[in-house]
Amino acid sequence: MPFKILKKQELVPTIHLMDISAPRIAKKAQPGQFVILRIDEKGERIPLTIADFDRGKGTITMIFQAVGKTTTQLSSLKAGDELLDFIGPLGNPAHILNEGTVILVGGGVGVAPVFPQARAFKEAGNKVISIIGARSANLLLWEDRMREVSDELYITTDDGTKGHHGFVTDIVKKIIEGGTKVDKVVAIGPPVMMRAVAGVTRPFNVKTIVSLNSIMVDGTGMCGACRVLVGNETKFACVDGPEFDAHLVDFTLLMNRLAMYQPEEKLAFEKYKCEREGCKC
Amino acid sequence: MLERQKMPEQDPKVRAANFNEVALGFTKEQAIEEAKRCLQCKKPKCMEGCPVEVKIPGFLKYITEGDFDSAIKEIKVDNALPAVCGRVCPQETQCEQVCILSKKGASVSIGRLERFVSDYERTKGVKVPHVRESTGKKVAVVGSGPAGLTAAADLAKMGHSVTIFEALHEAGGVLTYGIPEFRLPKEIVRAEVEYVKKLGVTILLDSVIGKIDTVDDLLSEFDAVFLGTGAGLPMFLNIDGENLNGVYSANEFLTRVNLMKSYMFPEYDTPIKKAKHVVVVGGGNVAMDSARCALRLGAEEVTIVYRRGEEEMPARAEEIEHAKEEGIKFRLLTNPVRIIGDAKNWVTHIECINMYLCEPDESGRCKPMPLAGTEHKIDADVVVIAVGTSPNPLVPRTTKGLEITKHGTVIAKENGATSRKGVYAGGDAVTGSATVISAMGAGKKAARAIDEFLRAK
Repeated sequence: MPFKILKKQELVPTIHLMDISAPRIAKKAQPGQFVILRIDEKGERIPLTIADFDRGKGTITMIFQAVGKTTTQLSSLKAGDELLDFIGPLGNPAHILNEGTVILVGGGVGVAPVFPQARAFKEAGNKVISIIGARSANLLLWEDRMREVSDELYITTDDGTKGHHGFVTDIVKKIIEGGTKVDKVVAIGPPVMMRAVAGVTRPFNVKTIVSLNSIMVDGTGMCGACRVLVGNETKFACVDGPEFDAHLVDFTLLMNRLAMYQPEEKLAFEKYKCEREGCKC
Repeated sequence: MLERQKMPEQDPKVRAANFNEVALGFTKEQAIEEAKRCLQCKKPKCMEGCPVEVKIPGFLKYITEGDFDSAIKEIKVDNALPAVCGRVCPQETQCEQVCILSKKGASVSIGRLERFVSDYERTKGVKVPHVRESTGKKVAVVGSGPAGLTAAADLAKMGHSVTIFEALHEAGGVLTYGIPEFRLPKEIVRAEVEYVKKLGVTILLDSVIGKIDTVDDLLSEFDAVFLGTGAGLPMFLNIDGENLNGVYSANEFLTRVNLMKSYMFPEYDTPIKKAKHVVVVGGGNVAMDSARCALRLGAEEVTIVYRRGEEEMPARAEEIEHAKEEGIKFRLLTNPVRIIGDAKNWVTHIECINMYLCEPDESGRCKPMPLAGTEHKIDADVVVIAVGTSPNPLVPRTTKGLEITKHGTVIAKENGATSRKGVYAGGDAVTGSATVISAMGAGKKAARAIDEFLRAK
């Protein structure tokens, strides 16, 4: 039962949007959950967080960055092409309650999974303060969509080409230190960013939630590849998460485990590029 | 008494470097000779030893006559997966153990003969048996492992409309993700799955029940549900260092190798760490499978660490033998204490302690106790933890009123009935990890009970 790609768009350089026709998954999907996909018979299973869903149209939207073999291959597909496998919705939905004031932090491609949460927090009656960051202005994602669902929106770029010159954490800190009563922070992005946000909110005791993107195979709790240490307890990100209390997550372990297959990933990517572009190797 | 026929096998040195099937199967002549050894007992003990009640003397008789078509037909009345059972059933503790010949010498090679006729049929083209007239009843089967496939096949033959929901992208459950190619070629699993489909069973892949649909969702569309969700949750040792890079659960290691074909990386995209020194912790078939996979991936040294002795090992004698022939090292009465890694979180060693056995515990096995002061390190750049699995909680967590034990297994009666009306369960989901054939037996019993339930409805 292949899954049809209905829309494919490069939003900013290397970051792509894809709408997949998957009515059964769209019917059940919730913010915070993810899907696992496999492109073809020889493909690996990769998890991607759900960026949006449309129950009426029966679609799931994913946003991903082409960084390795599988994501680059995925980015080469077009509307009308098919994915061999598309599994979900996996993981636990985000806890969306009316908590008061919520800061949503999205870094890089992490802005995408933050969006449905921002929208849901807003719909639940919260004051939504969003902070989105990127390396550079041309890599900034979904500013318009985030603005629509936020009471306040801050932009940061590492190189200062747009918004605040610096990191998302600078703004988080400023808001909390400025005396705004913040009831919850949700941060999704690169592990370094999530760790930094946790570091900023910890002294103020502000409940902080992160979504962990560990390596997965089945995504149903069967293999334990996605083991993470939370409050000194081993958890499976796929079934116990993907969201956890940021103040309890062992980010060093997360980053070490994410690097587990770096040499293999490099090899697979180089082989793929060779096959596609032809080379002298 | 006729001598037991030897089944040809790949040479240990050759097979340790490939993923092809180890056993090569009987020739026609060998099969006939072997079947002739059967005494055709009036009260065949072997049948009592078979969890799915295959009419063993009957099919053996056909083999002696060279009528292999009738032989496989006879088996398939009771067993939908004979090519699987002929390969992975522990016959030595079931049909063959109670075979009268085993008292005087060697039992009839029932399993190998079952394998022979099912292979004969597969190369020739599989016939689909008569399916009863449609009852108009619909049954959902959750999981396409041995329990689910058996229940589905039997229910389809009874005339019910059956849909299997499988979480992974390929059907077969543990037959596909767990048992390696060299013991059970995936082409054979696919052929058995095809046969079940030909009986009229629909298989929906990529469907994680508990997520995409709950059991209650299924009950609004189907008249009954069978849960054959297996025991897919890996157990760890809960010792230091288990989250180091290079430490795998056996489930992950085997899934990468078997389901994802990482032994063919980079042709296939899923990577696996190729290591020099691999240590596998555990003494069951899964530990043997992991060790033998590691060897085939090119490890220089593969060591099985097990806290009891060889006699206590739950693995089949044949698997232990095969592992030894291939050069797997065994460190018995040895138990891991902690796993040691380097600054980059990579495993380098596993620290173990010697054990001794004292009085038998509740399980009837001798309890292993550590010998103080015998701590020692073993080099390891990959460690595989194969100390068992427990049922996946996804379905129980999302099914109100489905009672489970404290170990997470679904509580079911002998016939598979659970605490929820119309919901039946069987296999590892109920018993915790056991054998393929016991799961099939449970699937069969549940199919009968579901049939009665549907006809009374």
